[in-house]
Amino acid sequence: MAEHYSSFERKGTGWLLQRLTAVFLVGVLAFHFMLLHFVNHAAEITFMGTQARMGQVGYFATMWLFLVTATFHGVNGVYNALVNQGLSGTQQRVARAGLALAALALVAQGTYVALAMNGFL
Amino acid sequence: MSQSYDRGLVEDFGRWRDFSAGMWAWVFHKFTGWVLIGYLFTHIAVLSTATVSPDMYTNTLQGLEELLLVRFLEVGLLAVAVFHILNGVRLLFVDLGVGLGAQDKSFYASVVLTGAIVVASVPTFLAGAL
Repeated sequence: MAEHYSSFERKGTGWLLQRLTAVFLVGVLAFHFMLLHFVNHAAEITFMGTQARMGQVGYFATMWLFLVTATFHGVNGVYNALVNQGLSGTQQRVARAGLALAALALVAQGTYVALAMNGFL
Repeated sequence: MSQSYDRGLVEDFGRWRDFSAGMWAWVFHKFTGWVLIGYLFTHIAVLSTATVSPDMYTNTLQGLEELLLVRFLEVGLLAVAVFHILNGVRLLFVDLGVGLGAQDKSFYASVVLTGAIVVASVPTFLAGAL
């Protein structure tokens, strides 16, 4: 029987959100790749085509949720990796604040881009 | 229940010769995760051309797609994303305590399936660039 070993606490909202966002991202990341490389080809992408896709409320909402969940999952993953490496105390707090700022900036810029894509801005 | 003990820093890459399948899965998952979060920031930066003008967005994306290097990098990104997805599903099962006895085999399956999907995708990704 394999022994379960993890160096971070198996509880709390961070742990749960990392798993919940993972479940969502498995589907959406695969969908994103399929749509923009196999259904449509990346080399043929134009602003008009992007605007047509992003003009659909369901697609826009899915892509915006994709941005938010991927940002959380990725940035929280990096934070977990740093904690696993032994980061603690002030360094840990600085890393957490820096990563939180980077995540907020990414979501803000991504939202701005999404609104420019669907013609709202 | 097995006795727990201080095994030192898990992330001691100096011990790579001792790594088991599960440890390699963990290393690859971490590496692919770093690549994907790095790409997400880059991706949003490139797509930000949409905030300048429609022409700039179209020209930037199509200009990048004309570069053979970018096409190969996209194949690499596909490999990274597919492995992270497949191993992520494996990890969700591990978290639920399902199939722990076969966690090494499921890692090998993730690697093989990633390779098969990537090889099958190469013609699509390189179309028009060669």
